[in-house]
Amino acid sequence: MSTEARAVHFPAADWDGGVHPYRVGHRKLGMWLFIVSDSLTFSALLIGYSYLRASNVWPTPFHFNPSILFSSLMTFCLLSSSLTMVFGVSASSRGDWKATRKWILITIFFGIAFLVLHLYEWNHLIHQGLTPFALPAEWVTQYTAADGTLPSPLFGATFFAITGLHMFHVFTGAIYLTVVAARVKKLKHEDVEISGLYWHFVDLVWMFVFPLIYIMSVHIDGH
Amino acid sequence: MSGETHETHGAVHRHEPPTSFIRKYIFSLDHKVIGIQYIILALVAVLVGMTMSVLMRMNLSWPGTNWPILGTLFPGGAPDGMMTPEFYLSLVTMHGTIMVFFVLTTAPQGGFGNYFLPIQIGAEDMAFPVLNMLSFWVTFVGFVVILAAIFFSGAESTVGPIGGWTGYAPLSALPNSGPGQGMGMNLWIISIAIFCVGSLLGALNFITTLLNMRAPGMSLMRMPLTCWAWFTTAVLALLSFPVLLGGGVLLLLDRTAGTSFFIPGGLYIGGELSGASANFPIHTGGSPILWQHLFWFFGHPEVYIAILPGMGATSHILSTFARKPVFGYRAMVFAIFAIGLLGFFVWGHHMFISGMSPYSAMTFSILTLSIGVPSAVKTFNWLGTLWGARIRFTTPMLFAIGFVSLFVAGGITGLVLGQSSLDLPMHDTYFVTAHFHLVMGVASIFGMFAATYFWFPKMFGRMMSERLGRIHFWITFVGVYCIFVPMHTMGIVGMPRRFAQFTEYEFLATLHPLVVFVSIAAIATVFAQILFYFNLVWSIFKGEKSGANPWEATTLEWITPSPPPHDNFAGVIPTVYRGPYEFAVPGAPNDFIMQTEPEPGTVPATEGAGNGHNGHRH
Repeated sequence: MSTEARAVHFPAADWDGGVHPYRVGHRKLGMWLFIVSDSLTFSALLIGYSYLRASNVWPTPFHFNPSILFSSLMTFCLLSSSLTMVFGVSASSRGDWKATRKWILITIFFGIAFLVLHLYEWNHLIHQGLTPFALPAEWVTQYTAADGTLPSPLFGATFFAITGLHMFHVFTGAIYLTVVAARVKKLKHEDVEISGLYWHFVDLVWMFVFPLIYIMSVHIDGH
Repeated sequence: MSGETHETHGAVHRHEPPTSFIRKYIFSLDHKVIGIQYIILALVAVLVGMTMSVLMRMNLSWPGTNWPILGTLFPGGAPDGMMTPEFYLSLVTMHGTIMVFFVLTTAPQGGFGNYFLPIQIGAEDMAFPVLNMLSFWVTFVGFVVILAAIFFSGAESTVGPIGGWTGYAPLSALPNSGPGQGMGMNLWIISIAIFCVGSLLGALNFITTLLNMRAPGMSLMRMPLTCWAWFTTAVLALLSFPVLLGGGVLLLLDRTAGTSFFIPGGLYIGGELSGASANFPIHTGGSPILWQHLFWFFGHPEVYIAILPGMGATSHILSTFARKPVFGYRAMVFAIFAIGLLGFFVWGHHMFISGMSPYSAMTFSILTLSIGVPSAVKTFNWLGTLWGARIRFTTPMLFAIGFVSLFVAGGITGLVLGQSSLDLPMHDTYFVTAHFHLVMGVASIFGMFAATYFWFPKMFGRMMSERLGRIHFWITFVGVYCIFVPMHTMGIVGMPRRFAQFTEYEFLATLHPLVVFVSIAAIATVFAQILFYFNLVWSIFKGEKSGANPWEATTLEWITPSPPPHDNFAGVIPTVYRGPYEFAVPGAPNDFIMQTEPEPGTVPATEGAGNGHNGHRH
């Protein structure tokens, strides 16, 4: 971009006071800041996970069928919800509140579907014997290292802590979107956009959680 | 709401204050009331923290003495009036926690920042008044929970957990690791987590307000340095508190859900394998160092959260009473930001003895020492501001000069400790205690004293007593040096931190008179603070009336009455025409020019887009 073109979009006067330099209202800027802050909470957990994983014998118990297929289905739900949220925000920008409400309700549906599938998966793993402090007995025998070192029960701890925190965010987001859907007639377009920001952020976090927690724990035959 | 502000610029559009007592003083949405609430919280918390430091000094310098009051209040912690080592350690923990979180983080940012940032940028209130109220009350709940830890740590044997304010695992992760480590530690973690949430709400409010709500003409480079400091502090809080929050949640899971994030395997507590006695299997595989990384990634920016507002206030006050513009305004701005940025890459210097690779230590060391550059820029610019000035030695000015002195005295030893080879022998000695108390404790507090004496007339419409203020300054200034300079010597000799008494160490016996001297100085300094509290309360009712601009200062808070009306500028958003420190301008009728005074024959910055006054010519 040439200097002249940039000057049109970012004139110095933007920073001279009396205007919103980023052309966004307080709430939208506030949501961006919250997202920055919240992403650091997730980073802390994911870096902690990497740290512990690197310093322990780590089980890789997720078989392609059913674990990865199932979690891919969850991912599909969440990604679809992001798409429907885009449609919702787009409808809101046209001022079509009925379509906005419809798309947000579909977004909530996909969000809830994700939660239900996720809880089903948790339940399944807990029944298998995975807890925050122990691995299922068969995993322990299967993934013990050649030198006899046992696989780390921190697999369960990190799995439940990170997916649990993410699930909490999806749950909060679903409630948030419900409020937005209920009040969509009275809300400004920017308020709908802000709820979309939060929802996309929650989806984006999953796009880090899914490869790091699931794909990297795929069972590979012969090991 | 801001759109509204923008549209009504120029027109009188008053916001009337609420009338009910509860909406006006308790659950107020007014940033000025919330600021005062934060300051009151800090004034109460600092009393608790100071009392604990006096108790610690008594135990250190007069071992074996029977203090009957202690024996009565804490029969378990001080049987026969003599403290147990665990009781002493719990004092260390709670003193540190309360001082760092509830004093040094609340008063400078939540208190003065809340009150003066919106006024100094010409806004009617913060961007999110409701979040602002919530952030105070969330912080207040955090304070109540930490106070609860004093009383619910088990059979009056301690006043809280015993692991220090850093909450190092695995001591902090195992409920049976010592007295106070059960319910006391749980409450400690919960309190800190609540505090994190309150700080986050505050931080995003500060940043949004500063970016979006500056009055017309208030370009970034026309902001007072205080605003730059509060802004940078808010950015630091926004990025560091969430990491502590994440770490705190994991620590709580270790204690309650049987996880082992921070607990290594094979740990024996009182002859029993850790975890074996609880409902959970034996702990294994965790890393105490991971906690240190998470904690100090927060902890180092936290020390800048404590001191940056003091730097801002000092720059502001030095310029005002030197009657000169701040020397090198731009350099000051970049130095603030450089300190904040570098603060995120140096946390490892707290962990040199944790067994880290010497290459990592060297990297952290170089980055740490490089903070000396922006710090020196600030120091020399403060000296440059004072150079050749006809200084008005008022109480706020004395405290601001005291800040510079303490910052240099405490900062110099940072260069010593920042080198891993020197830190190895000095670590966990009184040298470290002396260093961080001078630079982040006392210097920040001096910044806040300066701020209090400086802005009190604006907040309450009356001056504080100058005579009492001067006495308060000199006793405190001499007192803190008497306390902390000898501690450097003790540390070099090898006196370890966090020991309840030194009666068993022959090589430290010769230092005992010095220990007693420090204690007497500490107790005298603490009692001198009565003068400050008395001065505060007395001046609210009996102080001399101040008028709108008693210090002949230039920034926006001084154009509005003292105390400012509910909406700060009585419905008229001011327009800003010039920088914040226009003192002694040649040819001007007064020796100060208000920021709102138009330059003869120039157009306001907003009307002449891109006029290059802030250096961004396109």
